[in-house]
Amino acid sequence: MSSIRYAEFKSRPYYGVLEPASALEHLIVAEGEGAHAVMELVAKAPAGFTSQATLLYAEGPYSPDNGNTEALRELGFARFHTSATAAAAVPRLEGALERLKMSTEVYLTGSESALSIFVKACTDAGLDYQGLQTEHRGSLARRVQCVHCKGITENVTTQPATCAHCGLLLLVRDHYSRRIGAFQGVNINAEDPSDIPAKEEMFR
Amino acid sequence: MGSTASLPTFKDGTYRDDFSFKNSPETVVRAPFPFDKDEYMYAVNMELHKDGRKGTAYEEPIDMDEHYLAEMRDRALVLDEDPLRCQSLPHMEMAGWDTLELLMECKAASFPEAFSLERDGDQWHWINRPMGIDQHFTFGDATTLPYGPLEYITRQAQGDFVVLDERDGNLWMDAGMVTTQADWSLDFDIGMNFFEWHAPVPLAHEKGIFQRALKYLLAVQQSNPARRLNWTMTVNPRLDTSPENYHQWGPENTHITPENVADKLFLRIELQSFWRLPRSNAILFPIRCYLLSMRDLSTVPKWATRMHRVLKSLPPELSSYKGLDNFREIAIDWLSEYDDGSPTTPGPFPD
Repeated sequence: MSSIRYAEFKSRPYYGVLEPASALEHLIVAEGEGAHAVMELVAKAPAGFTSQATLLYAEGPYSPDNGNTEALRELGFARFHTSATAAAAVPRLEGALERLKMSTEVYLTGSESALSIFVKACTDAGLDYQGLQTEHRGSLARRVQCVHCKGITENVTTQPATCAHCGLLLLVRDHYSRRIGAFQGVNINAEDPSDIPAKEEMFR
Repeated sequence: MGSTASLPTFKDGTYRDDFSFKNSPETVVRAPFPFDKDEYMYAVNMELHKDGRKGTAYEEPIDMDEHYLAEMRDRALVLDEDPLRCQSLPHMEMAGWDTLELLMECKAASFPEAFSLERDGDQWHWINRPMGIDQHFTFGDATTLPYGPLEYITRQAQGDFVVLDERDGNLWMDAGMVTTQADWSLDFDIGMNFFEWHAPVPLAHEKGIFQRALKYLLAVQQSNPARRLNWTMTVNPRLDTSPENYHQWGPENTHITPENVADKLFLRIELQSFWRLPRSNAILFPIRCYLLSMRDLSTVPKWATRMHRVLKSLPPELSSYKGLDNFREIAIDWLSEYDDGSPTTPGPFPD
């Protein structure tokens, strides 16, 4: 994943590559394909890294049988918890953030949607987003907030997209709010509601 | 703040439904016309906000015109429907009090017949005669006001108000009262830094406009406010062109015809100013909106000529970003009657 493409739009988040930091403890939160970013992180890290690390892993809905969970378990994390999805991991993440000690490095990886959720949980807990390590793996599906009804639609892959709450057809913009953890959706055919553009798969 | 300005006679008028808003001729000629040349491109068009020309919107540091009461009524209606138009992140309380102090002081100094402020330590007494408000309160104690300090005072001041926190060498949009916006959402943008909330603006990032503008703003000091102008165009005199309600007002963008363009299409001018606040070190960013119909412009020949030339030469990206594509050609045709091709005099003011 090139981070340069992401950086072009100034409010859109861009992601890097997880690098082991010299910290007393490590809190790693991963979703889905992010499992591979965690494996690569551990491979780069000095011996003993995982014994100072907590891993929260969201496997993906309905626990896909892809071996990721078992492979991660074998890395020997001091604490290792699994959950079904990024959203389901949030209560445990919030608990971990509440107990976070000084000199803990936070690593987040997974799909665009999962990263939105994880970063928001961290900033809501008072962490500075600039101190978080992030790496994108997997889907580019977006969380989109309808600017009209304020509802958030998960896993948006099309342009335009239908708001799951008020039903308006939304142009999915690149404009992104970290506070909300979502891209902005604005009614695409407000000027002429009879003009209904076809949906295209844009965010896979 | 030298001599005080004469108090305008307040007019009724609505910014919605029957759109009965109308400028008097005096209000037209005092407007802060945004074009000092016959063409427009983004620039860091900042200047000191001081010693404003008499009889113009620049005369007083915080302007008030004949639409004051009508605009405050419209703001109250917007807030009734959508309280999220006024928000303040928790660390911005002090900046809210700074804002209240600045606006009360400016209003009382500029328009003493309308406003008065008496202070005895932290016991303050504020009178707003046009709105019929007489309020005793304790400065710094929000429980002594009917709203938080930012909301309280900006329900009594024309224009939007955004409060920018300064940290990490950047400005963060961390509070605001936004009900007269040109299609942007405080609720979505709150918490963003200077580059992030400007992300949707085309062309200007590449030109380094925002880098330079931020540098200028970070250098703004107390007692030396700065200002710039911005503009777009709006169908009907609608102050609240919010993205939240775009699905409701959007269809109006297609309603301009050669027959109605003179009275239905408005130049929307933003007089933006920037004030360093004393306790919080935040920057108060008022964005005051002035609406001039094409017919209003035609009463000032230089302005109609210039508007014609600006619209003709506007880069397509800007026309599209500002949402002018539906009616730009119709406006150009109507304004062409006021452009005989002769040169205009320098500067923005009427001849």
